[in-house]
Amino acid sequence: MALLEIEGLHVEVEGKEILKGIDLVIEPGEVHAIMGPNGSGKSTLSYVLSGREGYEVTAGSIRFDGHDLLEMEADERAVAGIFLAFQYPVELPGVSGMTFLKEAVNARRKAAGEGDIDAMAFLKLVRAKAKGLGITDEMLKRAVNVGFSGGEKKRNEILHMAVLEPKLCVLDETDSGLDIDALKVVSDGVNALRDPARSMLVITHYQRLLNHIEPDKVHVLARGRIRRTGGKELALELEQKGYADFVEAA
Amino acid sequence: MAATADTVRQVEDVTGGAYKYGFVTDIDAEIAPKGLDESTIRFISAKKEEPEWLLEWRLKAFRQWQRMAEPNWAKVNYPPIDFQDIHYYAAPKKKDGPKSLDEVDPELLATYEKLGIPLKEQEMLAGVVAVDAVFDSVSVATTYKKELEKKGIVFCSISEAVHKHPELVKRYLGSVVPVADNYFACLNCAVFTDGSFVYIPKGVRCPMELSTYFRINAENTGQFERTLIVADEGSYVSYLEGCTAPQRDENQLHAAVVELVALDDAEIKYSTVQNWYPGDENGKGGIYNFVTKRGACRGKRSKISWTQVETGSAITWKYPSCILQGDDSVGEFYSVAITNNAQQADTGTKMIHLGRNTRSTIISKGISAGRADNTYRGLVRISKKAEGARNYTQCDSLLIGDKCGAHTVPYIESRNPSARVEHEATTSKISEDQLFYCLARGLSEEQAVSLIVNGFCKEVMKELPMEFAVEAQKLIGISLEGSVG
Repeated sequence: MALLEIEGLHVEVEGKEILKGIDLVIEPGEVHAIMGPNGSGKSTLSYVLSGREGYEVTAGSIRFDGHDLLEMEADERAVAGIFLAFQYPVELPGVSGMTFLKEAVNARRKAAGEGDIDAMAFLKLVRAKAKGLGITDEMLKRAVNVGFSGGEKKRNEILHMAVLEPKLCVLDETDSGLDIDALKVVSDGVNALRDPARSMLVITHYQRLLNHIEPDKVHVLARGRIRRTGGKELALELEQKGYADFVEAA
Repeated sequence: MAATADTVRQVEDVTGGAYKYGFVTDIDAEIAPKGLDESTIRFISAKKEEPEWLLEWRLKAFRQWQRMAEPNWAKVNYPPIDFQDIHYYAAPKKKDGPKSLDEVDPELLATYEKLGIPLKEQEMLAGVVAVDAVFDSVSVATTYKKELEKKGIVFCSISEAVHKHPELVKRYLGSVVPVADNYFACLNCAVFTDGSFVYIPKGVRCPMELSTYFRINAENTGQFERTLIVADEGSYVSYLEGCTAPQRDENQLHAAVVELVALDDAEIKYSTVQNWYPGDENGKGGIYNFVTKRGACRGKRSKISWTQVETGSAITWKYPSCILQGDDSVGEFYSVAITNNAQQADTGTKMIHLGRNTRSTIISKGISAGRADNTYRGLVRISKKAEGARNYTQCDSLLIGDKCGAHTVPYIESRNPSARVEHEATTSKISEDQLFYCLARGLSEEQAVSLIVNGFCKEVMKELPMEFAVEAQKLIGISLEGSVG
């Protein structure tokens, strides 16, 4: 059974149709990349998947891991295993990163009928995952995303993902604002999470991220629809030709 | 019955034997008839077997109060209070409360549930049973008392202190908040029923947090509470008032007075969690809390620190203040005030700098949700002689939803050119981005709001004693339930 099945999805934002009939199937363990120009609806797709308010589905369906996703609230989707790595991670002043992450872990455990995680076990888990991402104890103590550099924010997103172990990772322009070294660290972090039971949807403008995170399939999203699907070589082709064909066509 | 005979005689004395108010036949009554005149005050004083000087003090206050007008400068609205429609004395333990938990507002019970309060304690808080029927408070209090006595610390009800330590009470009562200070404080002077008294001897560091939770609940202190804390030279005390569980009270009007006195090198830390019944969604039945709290840093290098978390009451009118008289003395005010639904809070502080090199810090966090109004009102006054005085004020307001209000009214008066006064203020809203970020990590909307608001209040929460802080954090979340979405 596919992990994610999107059929004929139409989405409006403030009365304007942004997604105009998306079909997408992701099997467990697959990594799909969605590429496309600005304004093509890439971020909209990520928000619809994670259940953000203000994104109105006017037609179509999304099935995730046996659930009718559109019937679920944002927090229910998260505990069911959908993770969105934000393009712009949000600052939460005064909220300690550890407290935040612990609440997220416990929300998941609660949904699974388990008790709260032991404080020591949690600390150990986070430290182990943080190490590979070059996240120091000092960073963990800070308030969520407050005073973080662009690279630190993105690494922190990957830390959340590593600790929460979702079934579907949606990476929304995770490469934006990263220098080459940071890109490497983040990509390594993502690759470490590749697993036959875990799928990924990588949204990006640029091919360079896909050098590090190799996709099984590449889709071109333009003007609200998937215009073309291919293997990883499609990304290289786009890098050379740009999106001009897709923007002008139809 | 000697005591009763005594009181009859006292009443006879003070009323010239005329019994014209008809109280005497009722001297054994458990409750004073509604209404307020001099005979009410004589009745209270007689019931409490008070010395003559205290009765005179009360009467003087009452006469002054009659000439005063209710203040109307605060940004709060409420129907006129009929001061003749109140019982000013009710014997301890007599409760007109509900007969069982079945009669208690289910929302209140749901809150107890969330705070994890045991059933027996719920009954006590909801006023179903008296505290001494609940836990073994006698043994707790006894253990407590013995340890304090060893150090010479006095911690008792103010009525008890009037009899056992009259010289201390006489010297300090009304010395920080003068009788005619303001309308509600003056009324309190006339009719106060009970409250706490604390005296920490020279050089003694109080070994535990003194909590009203154990003391006050042992008696029905009523709506006109009076607290006096004196820290002698070089002593330290941390005092906790209130409790996080919402307390029901049949008395709608509360007008308490708290006076703190810190002598040379003494420090008083006073923490409050106020969570009185705020009323229903429209504020109906909620408590009016008009309280006067003031601390005098009389001694050199003394320090008084107020920390408050205000989440309850329909109306809060409260300005815990510091008079920084001693050179190098320090005043602090850390406040979180949350208003939801129809609640109104007008709260802040006054820092009066009189001594040299006096310092004060004000951190105020106001949170409004629903249709609530939240006002910070503060005064920083630097007198001519307060050479080198410094103040730092930070007022942050957080709005949840678009029907609530936040107001900041800071007054700064500086008469000394060497003083340094800083004021920072911000107003923000919980953003949709922040909420969604939390939801996308699996947190519920209520968890998200609680987390964000607690983050906003962090600088204040860290000033609370540990055990209080954990409960207060939970309370903040609960106070704001249903405020989003």
